Amino acid sequence: MRFLIFMRLKINGEERDVADGVSLTGLLESLQIRPGRVVVERNKEIVPRDSFGATLLADGDVLEIVHFVGGG
Amino acid sequence: MEDFFELAGAKYRSRLIVGTGKYKDFAETKRAIEASGAEIVTVAVRRVNITDPNKENLLDYLDPKRYTILPNTAGCYNADDAVRTCRLAREAGVGKLVKLEVIGDDRTLFPDVPATLDAAKILVKEGFIVLPYITDDPITAQKLEDLGCAAVMPLAAPIGSGLGIRNPYNIRIILEHAKVPVIVDAGVGTASDAAEAMEMGCAGVLMNTAIAGAKNPILMAEAMRQGVEAGRKAYLAGRIPKKLYATASSPLEGLFA
Repeated sequence: MRFLIFMRLKINGEERDVADGVSLTGLLESLQIRPGRVVVERNKEIVPRDSFGATLLADGDVLEIVHFVGGG
Repeated sequence: MEDFFELAGAKYRSRLIVGTGKYKDFAETKRAIEASGAEIVTVAVRRVNITDPNKENLLDYLDPKRYTILPNTAGCYNADDAVRTCRLAREAGVGKLVKLEVIGDDRTLFPDVPATLDAAKILVKEGFIVLPYITDDPITAQKLEDLGCAAVMPLAAPIGSGLGIRNPYNIRIILEHAKVPVIVDAGVGTASDAAEAMEMGCAGVLMNTAIAGAKNPILMAEAMRQGVEAGRKAYLAGRIPKKLYATASSPLEGLFA
């Protein structure tokens, strides 16, 4: 019997449960966010875009996913 | 006559820098920016809405190959947040240019000058091309130039106020001393305000609300383009001195009796 394990992340201030061991690329896919348009900070450290796939998220991670919006 | 706006080694035809906030939608943003003729546009860095991520992205409407994207640090109230915002913006891959604003108070949106200086020091060291928003204070302008900022951007009046240039004498003092471009940023209300800044010898004008908040933003964008161009030409042409009394335009000789 195999149990699905979830981990709890804080994404843009909201708590979300995601599948254990998911990569940043996998998370963005599940959130339907285009990786080419965002910048991600994981626990206050910027994750380079070319490392999204290799970045395996861990329980308790705090993510900020940001992009450009209209501003003056 | 060829007249380029040179900023950090790049050359631009337009001296009008426009913001992208407060428009009805991205289509209107795009049309207003096209009408303004601006080549540099400011943007803000904000969280993606993760519950509705499929929304369109501003950069779908503003091709970074066509426009120089100038991320701002609007909404930052301390140096650390401003530096963090700039680092995030740089990671987006649109270059090293940043509009540094560290806000001191949410009613006036005047800058926190010591925090702006602190952030500028760090950002210059990290290789950013820093364009700081400041009060119209010549000493602050000088300090930021000495720190290595690529331009200084004194406000005309509070952000979004539309009051025009409140203290032209301070802007003139800043202009006399600055060796980097002086860009009037914030507080412009209409085309004559933009023209006034340019007539004084400013290198450029940055605005958002004056265009986006107009009843017809597209028409105002065009008016601002023309105001900036007219002011620049008048500055280059060299205006006549102001005199108290009249000087006849028609010859006094040859009058018949």
